[in-house]
Amino acid sequence: MTDLIRLSAADLAGAIARGEASAVEATRAHLDRIAEVDGQVAAFLHVDEAGALAAAERVDRARAAGEELGPLAGVPVAVKDVLTTRGVPTTAGSKILEGWRPPYDSTIVQRLRAAGTVIVGKTNMDEFAMGSSTEYSAYGPTRNPWDLGRIPGGSGGGSAAALAAYEAPLAIGSDTGGSIRQPGAVTGTVGAKPTYGGTSRYGLIAFSSSLDTPGPCARTVVDAALLHAVIGGHDRRDSTSIPQPVPEVVAAARRGATGDLSGVRLGLVSQFSGEGAEPGVMAAFGEALERLTKLGAEVVEVSCPHFEYALPAYYLIAPSECSSNLARFDGVRYGLRVGDDGQRSLEEVMSLTREAGFGPEVKRRIIIGTYALSSGYYDAYYGQAQKVRTLITRDFTAAFERVDVLVSPTTPFVAFPFGSRTSDPYQMYLADLFTIPTNLYGGPAISVPCGLSDGLPVGFQIMAPTMADDRMYRVAAALESAVGTLTPPAL
Amino acid sequence: MTITLPPYEDVTARFEPVIGLETHVELGTRTKMFCGCPTGFGAEPNTQVCPVCLGLPGSLPVANAAAIEATIRIGLALNCTIASWCRFARKNYFYPDMPKNFQTSQYDEPLCTDGYLDVEVDGRPVRIDIERVHLEEDTGKTLHVGGATGRIHGATESLVDYNRAGIPLVEIVTRPIPGTGADAPAVARAYVTELRDVIRVLGVSDVRMEQGSLRCDVNTSLNRPGDQWGTRTETKNVNSLRSVERAVRAEMLRQAAVLDAGERIVQETRHFHEETGDTRPGRSKETATDYRYFPEPDLVPLAPDPEWVARLKTELPELPRVHRARLQQAWGLSDLDMQAVLNAGAVELIERTVAAGSSPEGARKWWLGELARRANEAGVDLSTVGATPADVAELQSLVDAGRLNDKLARTVLEGVLAGEGTPSEVMAARGLEVVSDTGALGAAVDEAIAANPDVAAKIREGKVAAAGVLVGAVMKTTRGQADAKAVRELILSRLGVQ
Repeated sequence: MTDLIRLSAADLAGAIARGEASAVEATRAHLDRIAEVDGQVAAFLHVDEAGALAAAERVDRARAAGEELGPLAGVPVAVKDVLTTRGVPTTAGSKILEGWRPPYDSTIVQRLRAAGTVIVGKTNMDEFAMGSSTEYSAYGPTRNPWDLGRIPGGSGGGSAAALAAYEAPLAIGSDTGGSIRQPGAVTGTVGAKPTYGGTSRYGLIAFSSSLDTPGPCARTVVDAALLHAVIGGHDRRDSTSIPQPVPEVVAAARRGATGDLSGVRLGLVSQFSGEGAEPGVMAAFGEALERLTKLGAEVVEVSCPHFEYALPAYYLIAPSECSSNLARFDGVRYGLRVGDDGQRSLEEVMSLTREAGFGPEVKRRIIIGTYALSSGYYDAYYGQAQKVRTLITRDFTAAFERVDVLVSPTTPFVAFPFGSRTSDPYQMYLADLFTIPTNLYGGPAISVPCGLSDGLPVGFQIMAPTMADDRMYRVAAALESAVGTLTPPAL
Repeated sequence: MTITLPPYEDVTARFEPVIGLETHVELGTRTKMFCGCPTGFGAEPNTQVCPVCLGLPGSLPVANAAAIEATIRIGLALNCTIASWCRFARKNYFYPDMPKNFQTSQYDEPLCTDGYLDVEVDGRPVRIDIERVHLEEDTGKTLHVGGATGRIHGATESLVDYNRAGIPLVEIVTRPIPGTGADAPAVARAYVTELRDVIRVLGVSDVRMEQGSLRCDVNTSLNRPGDQWGTRTETKNVNSLRSVERAVRAEMLRQAAVLDAGERIVQETRHFHEETGDTRPGRSKETATDYRYFPEPDLVPLAPDPEWVARLKTELPELPRVHRARLQQAWGLSDLDMQAVLNAGAVELIERTVAAGSSPEGARKWWLGELARRANEAGVDLSTVGATPADVAELQSLVDAGRLNDKLARTVLEGVLAGEGTPSEVMAARGLEVVSDTGALGAAVDEAIAANPDVAAKIREGKVAAAGVLVGAVMKTTRGQADAKAVRELILSRLGVQ
């Protein structure tokens, strides 16, 4: 085995299970790769070499003892720095949490450990998952392995870039408005947002509680499904977790990989007809749609009239919840504390801490959310946005009576150069134009590479009804079988 | 500014008070509201905490089913409507004793609404309307070190104990209570007392005001007859039943003085001061805090099954009012006698004494007589006077069996209160038992007859009333340890009168 880092997670796990490679060898190979390329990519905020090697050794010992290994045992995983890892620094990309080592593991991380995967480190992200480029990380941006002058998407750009740079075959992201899917699209990788409540939020540092959904990132659809199956399912620590088994995502992905989509109806949202999207993106999307038709799928145009209000509704709901969720960062109990000189009042220390600890985008959203929840404005803003959310959910429900899944480009544009959208927040927010409706509805959606535009990857989004995550994996795997995986230029 | 307070009668003659009460009850659930931490009182600071009740990044709440059930039972006992669907809400404000800088509470969708509680003031019934009963989490406790006031301003250091953070707290809010006039302070006290008794009999909280498991805020306003209701103040730090009454009265007096001076009442939070009995301004509400309530997205809505609620209703225990009526009948007491028992706070003590074998009459006599007197002298609550219902029942049974007479029984009780043991032990140790040995008693009687021949002669002539002199003599020689009635009978039979 010479090139362990180029293998899919499924193949790597198979090699380890068969004894063709040890988990320690696989882990070492990826740690070496990180050491080699992460100086350029900057996907990781923290690499846990000792923890990773210890986990890999446990897998090798278990195998030597004849124990049965899980389907991803020994496979390295990169975890977005928004999930707590016991004793391992967790910052959510913010200065306000610099140096904080959580005393507990998030449920997702617990399940990763229980499955024998090897957590290699924590990946970079826009601060508190607010952003679409990782440019809002307090620790500097991550670079897109396809073009180091361009953004890797966000907020989970670190996880997506780590996959594209072969620093890990699997990664965890979190998707509030597209933070798994949009980075997947612009790095030519696969990113899935499960049904809200299908993956536990316990230990996921909250941005917008009613939207945040942790999910799998991978280079292949089957790998994403395998990871989804490991991390998904009911968690009694999360009241909003759905008490049902994970949909049969792995079987659905394998079935889709056979390339047969006969009888599957794809809904083309007329509101996403391409206005505001780059022509190259629409061209790649159109070609992919044709490929799917050739595999037997039927394309039906459906109207979702309220989707055009999704972006404004999202930018009221998410900041409102974030203004409350981020109130706890005050310097009293953990993280950064500024100005505590024995003279200043508690209130002053809290203010100075938050002033110094939060970046501009986070502050912008806290201010918007605080305003939207204020007495006298609540009904006009937060209340109205919740009504829009109900209408968008109705659009989805009506559409899914006619079609099995909805399809669209994942994002209107390919990876953009650094600095090109930071001066105008609205231009940045547009990156999530196509991904946000799903978050408001709560259903699952996946982004899968469908081709290139000007040499940069384009993502194809498949949206499914709640708890029908299997459907999107089937269509995604079929498309992947027709398009093939995309390989970035060598670093 | 020094204000001269007008006489109370003068205030109630010229003003009408409107009161309202907000009561917080810490539930006695085994675990906290949103996590599995224990709730015991008095543990080392910050030992009963976890990522959830410390509000650590990433942690999530899960609602405690036992707390929801307890709240519904309180609502049912207060004749409330139980919501078929409701949500928790976040109340956002910054304070270091709140780990998340928001409190998970309920806002416009409380669990229980529109109930009432009937109380009695001097035998007259008063119905208190309940606006809402809702469930929330308690905050931590802050200790301000240094500085003169013990408050945060001027303190050099503040210490926070999060053991209390996340303990389930039920808030019970009355509608405004107008029309009680001079009785307003007594009505407030009667309401909190009855509420405490209701919650205690439900077994959902130990409702101890001194430990803070029952906390009360009192709203008071005054208006002149025929005018609109006045501006209200909210008085906090009301930590005993007696303080409830005093706080309302103090605030009525203060507001009357302010109004008499032609000034306006400021809407504000005030603190009651136990030592001085007055209220003083606390946190000003002039810059109204905007709590930015919104539905708690981390918790799913509550939708109690109507059948379950109906079952909880049928399973409610006998409530104090009904219970008291039943006891009054069983004990054969007049309304006036029962009122005396209630006023003395002796219902439960008498009930337990009767359960331990005493007659109701005997139990009532001790608790309202000798023991009430001693409690009063010592300035303690009757329940902590030093004798248990079992002691009292035993004492009374010794009297009933003729082994103690009234005088001896009081002496024995003294020993019990002094911690010398149970009544039987005290009686034995002090040698206080009635002399019932007929031989010894006979000798004493013969001795008395021989020593008083003229008295004996009068008795023989039929002047039976003179026997008292001989009884007294016998009691003296037996040091009071004889049964006076038996002595009298013995004397009469020796002298051939009977």
